[in-house]
Amino acid sequence: MKIEAPKVHPAQALEQAAPRTGVRFHRRSLLWFLGLFFFLLASAVVSAGLGEIRIPPLDVLRAAGGAGLADHVLVVQSLRLPRIAISVLVGASLAVAGAILQGVVRNPLAAPDVVGISGGASLAAAAFLTLIPGAYSIQLLPVAAMIGAVLVSSIVYLLAWKRGVQTFRLVLIGIGVAMLMNALTTFMIMMAPSTYTAGAAYLWLTGTVYGTSWTNVVTLLPWTVFFLLLAAGHVRHLNAQLLGDELAAGIGSAVQRGRISLLLISVGLAGSAISMAGPIGFVGLLAPHMARRLVGSLSGRLLPVAGVIGALIVLIADTVARTVFLPHDIPAGILTSGIGAPFFVYLLYRTRKSR
Amino acid sequence: MIAKGLPGNGWKTAGLAAGILLMLACLALSVILGATPIRLADAVRAVTDYDSSVNEQIIVRTTRVPRALIAAAIGACLAVAGALMQAMTRNPLASPGVLGINAAATLAVVLAITVVGVGSMTAQAWVCFAGAAVGAAIVYALGSLGAGGLSPMRIVLAGSAMTALFASMTQWLLVLNENGLNDVLYWLMGSIAGRPIAMLEAVSPYMLIGLLGSFLLARQINILVLGETAASGLGQRTTAIRLICGLIIVLLAGSSVAVAGPIGFIGIVIPHVARHLSGMDYRWLLPYSAVLGAVLLLLADLAARFVIMPLEVPAGVLTAVIGTPFFVYVARRARGEAAA
Repeated sequence: MKIEAPKVHPAQALEQAAPRTGVRFHRRSLLWFLGLFFFLLASAVVSAGLGEIRIPPLDVLRAAGGAGLADHVLVVQSLRLPRIAISVLVGASLAVAGAILQGVVRNPLAAPDVVGISGGASLAAAAFLTLIPGAYSIQLLPVAAMIGAVLVSSIVYLLAWKRGVQTFRLVLIGIGVAMLMNALTTFMIMMAPSTYTAGAAYLWLTGTVYGTSWTNVVTLLPWTVFFLLLAAGHVRHLNAQLLGDELAAGIGSAVQRGRISLLLISVGLAGSAISMAGPIGFVGLLAPHMARRLVGSLSGRLLPVAGVIGALIVLIADTVARTVFLPHDIPAGILTSGIGAPFFVYLLYRTRKSR
Repeated sequence: MIAKGLPGNGWKTAGLAAGILLMLACLALSVILGATPIRLADAVRAVTDYDSSVNEQIIVRTTRVPRALIAAAIGACLAVAGALMQAMTRNPLASPGVLGINAAATLAVVLAITVVGVGSMTAQAWVCFAGAAVGAAIVYALGSLGAGGLSPMRIVLAGSAMTALFASMTQWLLVLNENGLNDVLYWLMGSIAGRPIAMLEAVSPYMLIGLLGSFLLARQINILVLGETAASGLGQRTTAIRLICGLIIVLLAGSSVAVAGPIGFIGIVIPHVARHLSGMDYRWLLPYSAVLGAVLLLLADLAARFVIMPLEVPAGVLTAVIGTPFFVYVARRARGEAAA
């Protein structure tokens, strides 16, 4: 398998980066997107039927609409559907965040986990939940996480600055800072009075959508929609980033400004997702790479497909995590890290001679 | 070969002696200071003329002295393991924590406790060595696979991914054994508070073998860091020496994890500080690392008691706070991946 760095043919990117009118679709990408989307819907229905109480797919649909057995309605509507919804939102957010990041820093190793975004968001979320418990509405949790993510990722960016930011150094320093954030977050949650037991905190750090309610979904949904729409509006800028600074400036793209807004979108997506589910590892790394294999690097095609793949990854991981080990409900992040970490090593290996 | 009487040896001996005095002072402070301050007289009497009806003396015997000894021993072991790894891999960021050896040893212990039900401390120590050995073998494989393997900086990234992988497997095991989770949580974060002194006693022979063995090998390591070609040109059996060094690293890191869990960053920070003070000669560098590592962890453990009195910060958190700026500093200076 060949690992493609997020690069495209200049002529193709030039065309895609230039301002244009009207909407055109690339047939192959559209087919992939629709196919994966229907697969996601089907997986959601199947997932809602799995667990300690098994419900056939048709009954799941009925229960979702409020009909059928009372138990089924309760289980599907108030336990499984919110969890599925948040998995989809979180997965899509992390995947698109990763895809944008890989495009902006033009390095296949970039992901929210390795540039300080996940660490900052986790620490801020933990601080919000433990230092000022109940002082502010849970609605503000995503905001707190996003602020943390912006702060820590800016610090990482500044620390990596040395006559310009070399992406490899960025990733290396990001990992060092992530270790510190991890230690501080664990510690902060462990010191929390009674709200969280140490064990629960430890699980949250792995990334889990356990115990999601509709409140969580409603809190996260506006942010996800807002940032995904923003991302869609910035597709042209992201294509320009793929060209490199000089060419992009040549076609009249405001490279630096575009880069900053793209980074903010990425941080917003990942930060809000992490505030609800903890840092589910490596989704932002895996999904964009899989999507790139299917539809190539052009952002208009890549972002939607990556988003759906990310949603699928988290949904499937969580479904496996909560059903295979019954009665235990293990964090989805354990599974995504189990797949993602070896893939990261593989990427390191494949790209070792590339640049 | 390298001449025995290097210039400046007097200063280096004096520095090492000063370091040892500092370490002893830190040991004493570690016994005296804490949530219950102990008078020096009580501390001395607890050792020489133990009276189990005096509260302070009980604290000294059961809590403070074990804790101080554990901190000193582990600090020394992790620092020397880090220095050896930096020499073997010629990588300024190599250390048992960063390259995933500590995480592998942790996974092995959790696996042994939860699945097999290993109870005895000696058995746990051996499981820990086995885990550390697997971790070291993976690092070695990553560094040597294919054409040239991964460059030093890439190995650091691979190590962090392996750490994530081992950690998620550890978590998986712990979730399946919920009641075990809270017992080992402090140990998992790297803590020297409340660890049984018996565990230290169980691994102390291996620690001593590791430390002394590394000091004895120092001359060979000096040649090895010149590079493979130069070393074999000078008639050295490089493979054998690498293998022995690997075993020593496994013993040192494994013993430390068995006692206090994965405490990071000491293995990165101390060898750099020691190199600054003693120079590149490993005959000096390794003893300096041992003494300074002990001092650093003793101080970190002391700070851990006072930062958020009456609660305590796990030592692993404090070493991360101290070590990360250092990691960033070294990462900024590293030129290994200048072209990547």
